[in-house]
Amino acid sequence: MNNWMASLSILQNGSIWVYILKGVLFTLIISIIAVVIGILWGSVLALVRNYCTKPKNRIFKWLATFYIEIFRNTPLLLWIFICLVFCPCPGFFERKMFGLTSVETKLLFKAAVALILFTSSVIAEIVRGGLNSVSKGQFEAGHSQGFSTVQIMIYIVLPQAYKNVIPTLLSQVITTIKDSSYLANVATIELMARVKKVLSSANMYNGTGTINVSDVFVLFGCAMIIYFIINYSLSCVVRYLQKKNKRTPRIAVAE
Amino acid sequence: MSGIFSRDAWLKVWTYRGTFVLGLLNTVETALVGVLLSLVIGIVLGLMATSRKKSLKTISRVYVELIQNTPLLLQICFLYYALAFAGHSLGILVTGIISLGIYHGAYMAEVFRAGIEAIPKGQFEAAESQGFGYMGKMFYIILPQSIKIILPPMVNQVVNLIKNTSCLYIIGGADLISLTYSFVTGAITGGAYAPAYLVSGMLFFVICYPLSKLASVWEENLKKRDQRVNIMVSRGRGKKVA
Repeated sequence: MNNWMASLSILQNGSIWVYILKGVLFTLIISIIAVVIGILWGSVLALVRNYCTKPKNRIFKWLATFYIEIFRNTPLLLWIFICLVFCPCPGFFERKMFGLTSVETKLLFKAAVALILFTSSVIAEIVRGGLNSVSKGQFEAGHSQGFSTVQIMIYIVLPQAYKNVIPTLLSQVITTIKDSSYLANVATIELMARVKKVLSSANMYNGTGTINVSDVFVLFGCAMIIYFIINYSLSCVVRYLQKKNKRTPRIAVAE
Repeated sequence: MSGIFSRDAWLKVWTYRGTFVLGLLNTVETALVGVLLSLVIGIVLGLMATSRKKSLKTISRVYVELIQNTPLLLQICFLYYALAFAGHSLGILVTGIISLGIYHGAYMAEVFRAGIEAIPKGQFEAAESQGFGYMGKMFYIILPQSIKIILPPMVNQVVNLIKNTSCLYIIGGADLISLTYSFVTGAITGGAYAPAYLVSGMLFFVICYPLSKLASVWEENLKKRDQRVNIMVSRGRGKKVA
């Protein structure tokens, strides 16, 4: 029982909370950046994979397919390790920023690149699913109205495709938030890594001099609650949107 | 990237090929047992989620939400450190298998639930009216029909599980990625970054690509068949109306 009180006393330490909550912030920022860039880059990949079918530019289609399949079928951790070694880091990121040391910002940049590359391949497949759900008639209608292919994509096809895949994209945000915990393997920047670091020095904070099982439960329990609150609220939004999406076509059919 | 053409680096990888084989075997072993565990958890929870008892539904819902909304890495750390500090360490592979099974079990449960819920109510009622018990109804009538809906997402989950074996790295790691990393950073073996990463990436790709391809082909076929059925149904309706 004493151990439990000691472990809970870690949570009364304000600076630990600041440290962990900053980790939460980093988790959110990294994930959002990864998803936003992932959507842009993933859309390009999806468009290229779906519509570069002319013999002249078929090579781009193959390249996009190659990229997507390679990243989808290998683990994220491998790409984090690869980027740590091979990803060039612009000088801009080799200095102290956001309260991190220069080494940490460098690691953050490289690991984030890996996460972006990985996420964009998944998002490319999601967007492609959305593109496939847009009927052929939309293209023909666009052409008959004098739109060029690029204009059709931007004004007609992509908006519909995105609308169809919004729930899937949002659940990809959840996955990315969870995937960002893989960064804990290489740097102590985001939530998971920071909680693990606090645990490794818990003997200094809980006053008993040793790390106990109760520390594991309290600290990882806290992290679980934080992750759960973020992801569960997102998944509630996803479910609401899915229900709404499902309802609309049914009404259309009934009419 | 120059290391990729270096003969020495490739020779080094070849000399220590045992590391990669060991890692691959560990990954495959973890993945296989993990898949079995997740299937068992998935079937049980999926059946619970589709049962009529409110309490069973709630248990399954809570489990799925709790597991799906927290990262696998956190769960595996939780399990490993809790056991380690309590003095009952299970070893890295067993911990990995258990947490992978638990994590992907939640996803499998959703897959099974969706598959069972896609079967029309009439099938359940017909089975009951023919005097099937619960088990008979599920295993002879419902599951065989839903298996074609279940299989593609299930195979996708298997692919994810294989990829997620890399999470073992955080608790000490014995899987392919961890061994590759300790190979390239080791004092004697270190340096051969590009060939080593290429080899382990290729191994993963060779295992995962056929599976995910299979899943997407199945899904395509399913969609096409559904479309055909829908067209036929709507044509049939059209005739009746006319």
